[in-house]
Amino acid sequence: MRSDGRASRWLRLAAFGGLAFLHVPLLIIVLYAFTTEDKTYQFPPPGLTLHWFEVAWSRADIREALWLSLQVAASATAAALVLGTMAAAAMARARFFGREAVTLAMILPIALPGIVTGIALLSAIKLAEVEPSFWTIVTGHATFCVVVVYNNALARFRRIPRSLIEASMDLGADGFQTFRYVVLPQLATALLAGGMLAFALSFDEIIVTTFTAGHERTLPIWFMNELFRPRDRPVTNVVAVAVILVTAVPILLAYRATRDDADAGGRNG
Amino acid sequence: MNAAPAFDSTPPRRGGIGRRLSNLLYRRSGLLLLLLLLPPLAWFGIVYLGSLFALLLQSFYTFNDFTGQIERVLTLDTYVALFSAPAHIDIVLRTLAMAVAVTLACALIGFPIAYFMAFHARGRMKAAMYLAVMLPLWSSYLVRVYAWRLLLAKEGIVAWVCAQLGLGGVLEAVLATPLVGGPTLSSSYLGMFLVFTYVWLPFMILPVQAALERVPGSLLQASADLGARPRQTFAHVVLPLAFPGVVAGSIFTFSLTLGDYIIPGVVGTPGFFIGQMVYVQQGTAGNVPLAAAFSVVPVLLIAAYLALARRLGAFDAL
Amino acid sequence: MEFVRVSRRYGSVHAIEELSFRVADGEFFSMLGPSGSGKTTTLRLIAGFEQPSTGSILIHGREAAGVPPYERDVNTVFQDYALFPHMNVADNVAYGLMVKKVARAERLRQAEAMLELVKLGGFGRRRPGELSGGQRQRVALARALINHPRVLLLDEPLGALDLKLREAMQSELKALQRRLGITFIFVTHDQGEALSMSDRVAVFRHGRIEQIDTPRGLYEAPATAFVATFVGTSNVVEGGVAERLLGRAGAFSIRPERIAVSTPEAAPAADAVALDGRVVDIQYLGAHSRFEVEVAGSGRLTALVPSYGAPAAPLPGVGAPARLSWPRAAMHVLDGGEGA
Repeated sequence: MRSDGRASRWLRLAAFGGLAFLHVPLLIIVLYAFTTEDKTYQFPPPGLTLHWFEVAWSRADIREALWLSLQVAASATAAALVLGTMAAAAMARARFFGREAVTLAMILPIALPGIVTGIALLSAIKLAEVEPSFWTIVTGHATFCVVVVYNNALARFRRIPRSLIEASMDLGADGFQTFRYVVLPQLATALLAGGMLAFALSFDEIIVTTFTAGHERTLPIWFMNELFRPRDRPVTNVVAVAVILVTAVPILLAYRATRDDADAGGRNG
Repeated sequence: MNAAPAFDSTPPRRGGIGRRLSNLLYRRSGLLLLLLLLPPLAWFGIVYLGSLFALLLQSFYTFNDFTGQIERVLTLDTYVALFSAPAHIDIVLRTLAMAVAVTLACALIGFPIAYFMAFHARGRMKAAMYLAVMLPLWSSYLVRVYAWRLLLAKEGIVAWVCAQLGLGGVLEAVLATPLVGGPTLSSSYLGMFLVFTYVWLPFMILPVQAALERVPGSLLQASADLGARPRQTFAHVVLPLAFPGVVAGSIFTFSLTLGDYIIPGVVGTPGFFIGQMVYVQQGTAGNVPLAAAFSVVPVLLIAAYLALARRLGAFDAL
Repeated sequence: MEFVRVSRRYGSVHAIEELSFRVADGEFFSMLGPSGSGKTTTLRLIAGFEQPSTGSILIHGREAAGVPPYERDVNTVFQDYALFPHMNVADNVAYGLMVKKVARAERLRQAEAMLELVKLGGFGRRRPGELSGGQRQRVALARALINHPRVLLLDEPLGALDLKLREAMQSELKALQRRLGITFIFVTHDQGEALSMSDRVAVFRHGRIEQIDTPRGLYEAPATAFVATFVGTSNVVEGGVAERLLGRAGAFSIRPERIAVSTPEAAPAADAVALDGRVVDIQYLGAHSRFEVEVAGSGRLTALVPSYGAPAAPLPGVGAPARLSWPRAAMHVLDGGEGA
């Protein structure tokens, strides 16, 4: 196909058409954040204004939801970093009975639809008679964030030569010193990438959150409510633009962290 | 250094708590493994698997319509209720049909993108395309669903484009078609199908691209060298090698469509989907047992699909 | 440093079996053998990266089983150097001092002194990735020496270097060992390397030691056919021919350079034994020529004939009958009948 110019032109059209399909709707969202029409989604917008950014910033419900979502994402990411790194450290080196079962347990939360995880957590919350709160949201998010950190950390653990760890211990560093001075620096970018992705994932998660949030309102829940009971439609768009930015930045950082590392890994063998 | 360096004659023996713990873990590597695995396993064992068990347990309870209470007695009544109502069977079939249609559409649209990324894009272009696919995969699910509300609205951009092109009549004809149509695009199966395809497309592209990346370019040249026409090369070399990637991607698109309840709610038709049924039953109806039983259905469907995918060798491409 | 009946098993595989030997303080001790012979496992047991399944390892009289690597007065130069890629050269060398919490200025001073010792003064700020293979090897050496170990373990440290560099490093290592006066335990599969540097060499095979001796002892008096052929080249003669020459059943080895080649007419010296055969190949090697001679009953024997100062008698050509002779004392009787 490479040598066939005509086929390549159709291919090019299909490929870039597909990518446009992925991204044009996001541009529309940005456009509607500036529209002067706030009752319908009229296209083209009758006029453009910056007014809605001001309105969005002044609304306390948005600020509270944003703050809650940031806290949830940070907490879930922290928990996922600890648990995911520990699991990866164990799984990278050891062979033991039941290893496959552990792997399965780790990927189940992303393999099963979110609604199953959500309703399962809700069932447990109901049975255990726990009041849904900030911590039930974090618990739910951490469950599917762990695997993201785990995958990143595991891939890196496998690339750290065993002799580096042996060299460190040989030179007098005990297990903790070896972890701190040799393993952690090697692991850092992978953990950064995993943490960033986990953060992005948690920040706009809605499906599991609906079941575990109780009366708490994260930003996605606020967003859902706006979808069904809109008030100042363009404000919803302003928030959507903010969500796009808040999640895109960590993903780009994660991409950079693992890409640089891949280059360095190649250079050092 | 001097010719005769002074060596420590006593071996270093320090006795901090950290050092002693480190020594203990060194001597018993099994203990280290246990300590490392215990917290994550406890988390998954108690929080997640425990919850799944609770879900299963709930599905064997039953909901008393008169008292509005859940009766904590193990029974199959809820499952009987689930499978004996034709409306429920309709919901399952409707969801399944949508999942299959969305999966096929994602494969069709995603394949050229993946192919182009794997064989034609180079350097910065490739990195940019990769990011263009990865960004929507990791983020902004809700925002991306919302975007289609703007696009599909009655006075929205799709209707406007159709009107500008003089295709308003075509749009109306499509909406009038039974099964796919509806009063407006944003309340039709067609609209829902578009949104599902849009939202899950990146989940198809990346595994297919990963599978195609592993096809060496020399293989294509070899095929061409042996006299294969591009179409033959594609059919006999590229497609079989890419197939596990397509299956891997389809696991995501299939599973995610089965469990979603946001999209049918936002761009909805009157007919319910499994996810919505679960959501409504646990929420407004308060019938957690029926919701639980309903959520077991996609799990079973996905398990069947995974078993099939495993046969097709999809797990090598994950 | 002493091994007492040490075994190391992985499942049902014996990496080393019932190993006992002793290394003296200040000795340059080499462990020589083909890959998979157990020499690297032995080294890892000394370093503490692995634990013996049975037996005991004594380091300076102290039982080492259960003592982690970081509490052993032993340091290692790794085959792949194992330099920390995220640290510069000085920090790599100073690592052993850092984990002992030596102040930064002091440890950098000592690191620089160590780098000078291995002729890399001024390289401290570079990254390991910017160094050549030979330079990395020196950094690894400096790093292993900074804690002043009493035993230095070297795991095929010259394996990745080209021939010229390897030869230069061999004499440098030997000089360094003499100067520091510490024990070097050196793992290699290169017999030339082992012979040229070591005080004593242990020859490993199938997880056991075939022989421990000085390089000269190994070469001149190999205990087994395996040692005879692995250390240098050697002709091993068995069966009827050996029995006739030795006067009893057994096998012996004879080094190619001890064999004189002549035409069958030449009379052997008084204390010499002789075998007749036919020349099948002659390879000119510069200082020597290698004669391959087919001898009925004992197969093909190799003889090295010096190119200069050769005997006056004419040499046979390819295909011609030849007489091989050597002093009776040059034959070395081998233990057991194990074929190489």
